[in-house]
Amino acid sequence: MKLKAPLSEKEARALKVGDSVTLNGIIYSGRDEVHIRALEHAHEGRKLPFDLKGAALFHTGPIMRKDGGKWKVIAAGPTTSSRMNSLEPEFIEHFGVRAIIGKGGMSQPTVDAMAKFGCVYLAITGGAAVLTAEGITDVRGVEWLDLGMPEAMWALEVKGFGPLTVAIDAHGNSLYKRVDDEVQANLPKARKMLGI
Amino acid sequence: MKSTKVLEDVTVNLLKMAVTSLPEDVLEALRLAEREETSEIARTQLRAILANVASADRLALPMCQDTGIPIFFVRGKCLPHLEEGIRRGVSRATSEIPLRPNVVHPLTRHNPGDNLGKGMPYMHIELADLEYTEITVLPKGAGSENMSALAMLTPAQGVKGIKSFVLDTVVRAGGNPCPPTIIGVGIGGSADEALFISKKALLHPLNKENPDPVLAKLEDELKEALNATGIGPMGLGGRTTVLGVRVEEAHCHTASLPVAVTIQCWAGRRASARIMKDGSVTYYKEGLG
Repeated sequence: MKLKAPLSEKEARALKVGDSVTLNGIIYSGRDEVHIRALEHAHEGRKLPFDLKGAALFHTGPIMRKDGGKWKVIAAGPTTSSRMNSLEPEFIEHFGVRAIIGKGGMSQPTVDAMAKFGCVYLAITGGAAVLTAEGITDVRGVEWLDLGMPEAMWALEVKGFGPLTVAIDAHGNSLYKRVDDEVQANLPKARKMLGI
Repeated sequence: MKSTKVLEDVTVNLLKMAVTSLPEDVLEALRLAEREETSEIARTQLRAILANVASADRLALPMCQDTGIPIFFVRGKCLPHLEEGIRRGVSRATSEIPLRPNVVHPLTRHNPGDNLGKGMPYMHIELADLEYTEITVLPKGAGSENMSALAMLTPAQGVKGIKSFVLDTVVRAGGNPCPPTIIGVGIGGSADEALFISKKALLHPLNKENPDPVLAKLEDELKEALNATGIGPMGLGGRTTVLGVRVEEAHCHTASLPVAVTIQCWAGRRASARIMKDGSVTYYKEGLG
């Protein structure tokens, strides 16, 4: 399934856990420091340098290189999304992002916020940074570079970006929760194998 | 001066080798995992990893954007200007390869941009009467390093306590450290030594049996049980949660039983070099015995 960012609420809500999708359009990088600063801006009533309404937010800290005055992506895989657990529900509510791309999944308050406001979590293979960079066709801009290269907010043009697995949908379903339930069910067997 | 330049060049070469191509034992374990997985989502993850590693190798680019913090294990005669040479190499490698500038001040979070700082790169220097100086680099990403754990068990908790702690640590980490992971376990020593040897255990190749039969058995048992949890590649479910478990032990206090777990993401990046007395250098990625 092919998606184009920015996404409408209807498009986000049409996705189901387990769907495999690719993405076209502009996506924005944002991890720890972007979440902190963006929410500070929101609390102070200030606008962000990029409009994130309907946007796909990519949890990544890329390696970029400036070549003849133009930024180029060297490697850009996902970072661990759970670090943003405490800030993401408010981020989704406030800025209206419709998709979050990352790895490792996010906690229940984020799953709830995704269901409430119409947003999905798209899992991309962690560490597969060269493959991911191949799906990024252009660097359209950067803001907050004072936060350092990995923490800055990059606007990236993508084409056929993925494959992405819908791991949390906008209806409260989470593939991570499903796997976690299975792991809990498997634990007695694993403990028995270890004689504990 | 000459020795500083050799060390700088060796450091750049080691970092480049480590971040752009995987050691054969890790690659082999990933290929085997891809063949053994039955779930489509799990296979998609492993195929992406293998395709990514092949692209990184071909293009001489870092396989993961998190090129980690530079951790060095040095063994042998202490060369003059050792630390200075490695520092210069890290700085040059950061702009030349390039590496991501990951090193920041812990409180201000200021990023100097060259992967250098107080205590960084982190160097473990072990003096030994060898004909050469051996330098091994282990670039360590944060996704897996953030899942490290230490427990000061009581002697009464014994081997069962150790097994339980390793299992709990891996289950708690879930998909965060980019499974399938390699698990380094350090048993004994003091608190800091247990953590140190759990990291050092990651330098042992996956395809070489632990020379200590008791530890070898423990590694096999843990691997089998951890893979029975079903966490799977990227925590999306599957048969392969770990590629291997490597255990190191050190004697400890009669009243203590420290146990440490260091998790390595699937990108088990490492490279070693031996600098001979005449200044010649040999490189290898087979890990340490």
